Amino acid sequence: MSSPARHQSSAGGQDIPHARTTSTFVGMPKFPAMAKEALANTQQRHNLNHATHTIRAKRAEVVDEVPDWEALRVDGAGTKDRVLADLDTYLLQLEDNLTRAGATVHWARDADEANRIVVDLVRAQQVEEVVKVKSMATQEIELNEALEAAGISAWETDLAELIVQLGHDRPSHILVPAIHRNRSEIREIFRAEMGKVGKPAPDDLTDDPARLADAARLHLREKFLRAKVAVSGTNFAIADTGTLVVLESEGNGRMCLTLPETLISVVGIEKVLPTWDDLGTFMQLLPRSSTGERMNPYTSTWTGVTPGDGPQEVHVVLLDNGRTSVLADEVGRQALRCIRCSACLNVCPVYERAGGHAYGSVYPGPIGAVLTPQLRGTGSKVDQSLPYASSLCGACFDVCPVRIEIPKLLVRLRTQVVDEHRGGAPSAEAVSMKAAAWMFADHRRLEKAQQAVTASSRLFGRRTSLENLPWPATSWSTARNAPAPPRETFRQWWLRTHGEDA
Amino acid sequence: MTRVALFATCFNDTMWPQTPQATVRLLERLGVTVDFPAAQTCCGQMFTNTGYADEAIPLVRSFIDVFGSYDAVVAPSGSCTGSVRDQYADLAARAGDPGLAADVAQMTPRVHELSEYLVDVLGVTDVGAYFPHRVTYHPTCHSLRMLRVGDRPLRLLRAVKGIDLVELPGAEECCGFGGTFAMKNADTSVAMGGDKVRHIRETEAEVVVAGDNSCLAHIGGLLDRQRSGVRSMHLAEVLASTEEEPA
Repeated sequence: MSSPARHQSSAGGQDIPHARTTSTFVGMPKFPAMAKEALANTQQRHNLNHATHTIRAKRAEVVDEVPDWEALRVDGAGTKDRVLADLDTYLLQLEDNLTRAGATVHWARDADEANRIVVDLVRAQQVEEVVKVKSMATQEIELNEALEAAGISAWETDLAELIVQLGHDRPSHILVPAIHRNRSEIREIFRAEMGKVGKPAPDDLTDDPARLADAARLHLREKFLRAKVAVSGTNFAIADTGTLVVLESEGNGRMCLTLPETLISVVGIEKVLPTWDDLGTFMQLLPRSSTGERMNPYTSTWTGVTPGDGPQEVHVVLLDNGRTSVLADEVGRQALRCIRCSACLNVCPVYERAGGHAYGSVYPGPIGAVLTPQLRGTGSKVDQSLPYASSLCGACFDVCPVRIEIPKLLVRLRTQVVDEHRGGAPSAEAVSMKAAAWMFADHRRLEKAQQAVTASSRLFGRRTSLENLPWPATSWSTARNAPAPPRETFRQWWLRTHGEDA
Repeated sequence: MTRVALFATCFNDTMWPQTPQATVRLLERLGVTVDFPAAQTCCGQMFTNTGYADEAIPLVRSFIDVFGSYDAVVAPSGSCTGSVRDQYADLAARAGDPGLAADVAQMTPRVHELSEYLVDVLGVTDVGAYFPHRVTYHPTCHSLRMLRVGDRPLRLLRAVKGIDLVELPGAEECCGFGGTFAMKNADTSVAMGGDKVRHIRETEAEVVVAGDNSCLAHIGGLLDRQRSGVRSMHLAEVLASTEEEPA
């Protein structure tokens, strides 16, 4: 566990403790190993089961009360597809309108470039800390780590992000990053960590949610009032007005978006919507899909700079980081419709058991399993395993507010993983798949193989189910019995009862 | 006389022959003439869903060759039917063969899962079955969300004489089988199946019924390991069961 270093601030001579962010996801083991570890954590499994089922039920309730939900989904998907088909045009329009409104636009090809731009902008303000609005884009590029390396503390102000940051933990959910923690764990984190980086938690802190929120509020208040620079992401970027939009629940985001003198927003290039009117559809789709609310408590919009009101210096970093290569795939590009609602996580039976850390990325769950390997490529072991981290049950598609065909994309990515390994030394799996394909290519070969199965049935006598299977089927039989082979296949029965002259 | 081709599916043919047998008995009882084209093998789903698309393409061609001349094909499997109807077009596109794509488009709408065929094509819900047991029904994911069979299986089950049909809590949640997922992510698969089995046992049903033996192999394998005494049975076997020939 790291202890916070103290730096002498160059601005104002104030003694500001430094944040220590956690290690990154790079080099994580592949999904099955991480999932196995997570499954052994019974407290986490209980927390996840409770949280996902609660929010799943809330979402279903508020979605069911919308008579034209399917029409909204179609509209949302259509709007996103329209943007993606002409992304260059909309981005230039966005840049133009942002610039006209007094913002400065920066273009970043990858995480390094985006981080360098933000670090330089913060340094130019001669500050050693920034306050942050919860943002997936900045997590994706590991901006906090980059700022820290430059001696700048990045304070997360979203309650759940604060819990993750103070706990030296990784987020395990898009919307509720601390979903895997319960109240008493949060109390312990606050008591142990808050004092190291700012206002300590009260000595008599209990695990009552109101008391925990109050401790966070007091801890964050001094950071809001002190910060000269804020960093945000955005939920939507409106091309025809140059307006950025953030939806949130707690109001912490609005504090960051209004109090500091400088605002830096990191915006994934897929966040564009053509017009202000298009926002209406997404303002209905997003809150219901994500928090299960009819409307989120805080929606903030800002259009460049307004003299005398809010940040007087506004920077927008338009981030690619793999998005244009996803865009190049006509089928895969639908993953860029994602509005980060996390409905697919909450309904996913695999996510519910394995938790978010097993996915080795800031984007966990079904959408992470298709988005991450597309953004990063399928070169690493963890990225090769992600498309297989699904039973293809299809629940994710049904809840997706922008109709991303996640099961189809998973199968497509599995095909990509297999294709990339063709030509090299074949794996045991590839060998058995080839052998099975050969057998199924001709029914006479299948019948020969079936004769071996029915012949083996004599070995098992009257047993109908088997407890131990030989390798490689042992991963089946560790917890599951298997059916004993039948004495007669269906086709043998058919021949006997319905065959010619039978 | 109605005439259909039975696609038994390779898994049923080899490991669960009682299911296609029951399908034949049921359809014949309803006045349907059943053909079993002997050249059939496998729909290719295991290959497609594991990423081996090239290995699946010859099976698409072979499926078209074997079943292309029939007006209707019936399979006692939501999953294999889903594979044909939902994935063949993509495989044909990958093959870059417009002829195959046209054959697929023409052929696949005529492939029906058993409950769809009974309710939509034959127009029956009471198939004259008798099954005096406490039963709960698990709607398999591919029947539910790939084929959208809706409540067709339940309508068929409700019409069975003597049956005591009880609702399964969390019915629409995946059992965790998922094809090769059951092997590649065995721990997660078993954790999902564990919850499914707990719900099944809560109903105190004697029999859990589903439209896919693949899911039932997983669920039944867990029930057997727990020595629960709960039987797992395919929908076709319950529907084929009569007082004279009980399942």
